[in-house]
Amino acid sequence: MPTQTFRLNGEDVSVDVEDDVRLLWVLRDILGVTGPKYGCGINVCKACTSHINGKAFNPCSVRVGDIADDDEVTTIEGLADTVDGDLHPMQEAWLDIDVAQCGYCQPGQIMAAVAKVRQAQSEGRAIADTDLDEIRNICRCGTYHRIREAIKAGAERM
Amino acid sequence: MTLPRRTFLGYVLGASTLVAAADLGLASTARAEIPSAPQPPELYDLNDLLTDAATPTANLITVRINTDGTASFALPRAEVGQGITTSTAMLIAEELELPVDKVRVTLADARPELLFNQLTGGSNTTISTFTPIRVAAAIARHALLEAAAIVLGDTVDRLTTKLGVIEAPNGTSITYGELANAAASGKTRRVEVELKPRDEFSVIGTSQNRLDARDAVTGRKRFTMDLDVPDALPAMICRAPTLNGTPSYVHNQREVEAMPGVTDVAVVPTGVAVRARTFGQCIDAVRALRVDWRGGTAVGKSDRTVHRELKAAELPLVVPDVDPLARTVDAEFTFYFRSNSALETNCAIADVRPGSAEIWSGMKSPIVAQEEIAAMLGLLPTAVTAHVVEGGGSFGRKLFHDAAIEAAQVSKAMGKPVKLMWHRTDDSRAGRAHPMATSRIRATHLLGNVLTFEQRHTSVKTDFGHGVGEIITALAARLPVGDLGFSETIFTLTQEVPYNFGVVDQLLSEVDGGFNTGSMRNIYSPDVCTARELTVDLLARKLRKDAYEFRREFAKNKRLRTVLDTAAEAGDWGRSMPANTAQGIAVHKEYKGLNAALVEIDCRPETVDRDIRDGVGGPRVTKVVMAVDVGLAINPRGLEAQMQGGIMDGIALALTSSLHLDTGHFLEGSWDDYFYTRQWNVPPEVEVIVVDSGVEQPGGAGEFGVASTFAAVACAYARATGRVPSHFPINHRDPLAFEPKPTMPPIPQSPTDGLEHTY
Repeated sequence: MPTQTFRLNGEDVSVDVEDDVRLLWVLRDILGVTGPKYGCGINVCKACTSHINGKAFNPCSVRVGDIADDDEVTTIEGLADTVDGDLHPMQEAWLDIDVAQCGYCQPGQIMAAVAKVRQAQSEGRAIADTDLDEIRNICRCGTYHRIREAIKAGAERM
Repeated sequence: MTLPRRTFLGYVLGASTLVAAADLGLASTARAEIPSAPQPPELYDLNDLLTDAATPTANLITVRINTDGTASFALPRAEVGQGITTSTAMLIAEELELPVDKVRVTLADARPELLFNQLTGGSNTTISTFTPIRVAAAIARHALLEAAAIVLGDTVDRLTTKLGVIEAPNGTSITYGELANAAASGKTRRVEVELKPRDEFSVIGTSQNRLDARDAVTGRKRFTMDLDVPDALPAMICRAPTLNGTPSYVHNQREVEAMPGVTDVAVVPTGVAVRARTFGQCIDAVRALRVDWRGGTAVGKSDRTVHRELKAAELPLVVPDVDPLARTVDAEFTFYFRSNSALETNCAIADVRPGSAEIWSGMKSPIVAQEEIAAMLGLLPTAVTAHVVEGGGSFGRKLFHDAAIEAAQVSKAMGKPVKLMWHRTDDSRAGRAHPMATSRIRATHLLGNVLTFEQRHTSVKTDFGHGVGEIITALAARLPVGDLGFSETIFTLTQEVPYNFGVVDQLLSEVDGGFNTGSMRNIYSPDVCTARELTVDLLARKLRKDAYEFRREFAKNKRLRTVLDTAAEAGDWGRSMPANTAQGIAVHKEYKGLNAALVEIDCRPETVDRDIRDGVGGPRVTKVVMAVDVGLAINPRGLEAQMQGGIMDGIALALTSSLHLDTGHFLEGSWDDYFYTRQWNVPPEVEVIVVDSGVEQPGGAGEFGVASTFAAVACAYARATGRVPSHFPINHRDPLAFEPKPTMPPIPQSPTDGLEHTY
């Protein structure tokens, strides 16, 4: 069985598992990192959204064997460590607006929000309603309105 | 014995630290005044039934004071996103004079002794627990005061409590934590307490953020599949290509058992179970299985055949004897199947051993689960421990414990603990659905008055197998005759026409279609309300009246007029709008409350036809203003959140989300073909206004936003397009906007191109 190594939330990890197991299961079932959630397994619901080298991606749709040794994977558990302070500004905004209901999709929502704001900022513009319309993460509790408010508030502090 | 208002009896229980319990046996339940021509829900509604069922055992609700100064309470309900752990902490904080964040609310395991008092449904949690929880907290505070009086050398009536500290007039003080042991009682004793009147509330009625929010945003909040139960490896089920089909023969069990990571393969009643090191390897194994299947419960059935069944079962309309000159308005609507899938799919952990079993799952009727699992395993209920885990949404789904039963079967068959999870495709296709239904309405009017209003709602049977939380009623609901009565009872206790429309008559009939059904963020109301409100618009037009003014004029009570006026004013009702855009307004009355939704919709071609990748755009709701009166709003911020969620459901029901039944199975298998509201469908403007009508009791919130929003969107759509829709969602009969996933193998493989879609 091959050994897979990569960087996870700032630390080197290695795990013995077949190449074709999708990263989501390596994180959840083997490493016990449960912030990224399962909602569909086919890159539709986006509940597992995490970051790879600072960009949003969905580990349900990436073979662990396709992750390089120096690829930096960040899950919700490691998001706050990418900034000074206890929480990432987007998490702070989420608390201020009181977004979460059941909370199941929220780690993925926050990871998507951070990436979306970074994307707009790298293009030298503020996050707009049209950007928010593009976010595909499902929230079955229907917290969408507060998500939009929180992303705008979080972007101000990023 | 008659007790004055707000005075209640309860107990200080014998324990090592202070434990207080509420006894509601002597409390009378407040009832609304009897109006002149009432429908049943005005006198006694579903929430009264659930509350009364809970009363005899409410004395077992206990608040414990800990030596660290916190209070703890195991809530016999399921938190699935409604915010009830936060609102419950608020109730305790209020009566106990303790900061909200010092109250620890957990979810109680299944407790059979609670009988009816452990069901989470009907938006009833706050209504039924509002008084008992406060009584228990008030008793605890009273016992703390008594203990403090001895320690501080003063009398109870001269002491004051604030934020967990008791102070005497001379300035000496002591904390709750220091008193926890001193206030404990060696034996159980009965005490009498008075609850705070509303005008003294300092916590109830204030907006609080959720106590579990930090865990949610940091990924620390634990759902069932996040729990670490020793040796409970991932497990999944290979299911039949037709609804509820069962396995008859497995061709390649050995071969699949030898696949990487796979530990076990076993046939269970609902399919073929696999257990592996990771869920990814479970998916591989399920896809590799070659199984022969028996047909199931919906062989050959499609939307069209079910619609025929419904039409054949419609009860006749019988316009009562009215003036022969009266004019008639007839309307008829079809509502297709919808999926109540939560984002967390059905899942449970089970560890079944000889002589005992332990189950973990998000269960809203855990007593029934515990008793059913015990019966299935041949154990006494006391040998089964059922842990209630916080759920990732429910919307009616977690009233059933399909996954808990299945996990127990799989664990038993394999002789090992399992972490059983449904694949999304199974959850969508074989999980619970809101039943397909038709609603026929006939109203008559004469000289500006509505004389009669008849509604015949005909539905595929709604499964109430969970009863009201206890196995006896659960079983009674399954008897063919008993169940018919049960459904009709639920319908009768929830439905009412909140207008003065003369002779009003609403009836339900059901057909048994062999489907897995249940509530879906409400039971009958969203469909019944939408049919009713569209007909109200038709009546208004016939009588040449404005839709809002007409509702106002015929409203049965003042609270209804207030929410209507509030929504109309805040939403600028009647403003002039461009062609193909319009407003709609609708009301709903349920759960001891009333609300009114004002909606604006954009049906212009450039909006309807906008390009959405793997999704549908369609008309866009651009604004929703919701005025809501739930009586006493415990946590207005939480109430607002629940209404916002209900609004998103109402939009989906009207415009985009349904299941297509095609020759024995549902076509939709994930969120890229079941079109629940997405960000591109979300209204840019959403405003929720909490109206305070001065009512002292709280109402329900979790499902309350759906019906009036659904109806208002439908009314707005009809006005914008000039066409009253005949079916919902409006896009259901359009060409399919997706390519259905195969049914063999039953679940899709995960893609491998995720790194090509980073952003």
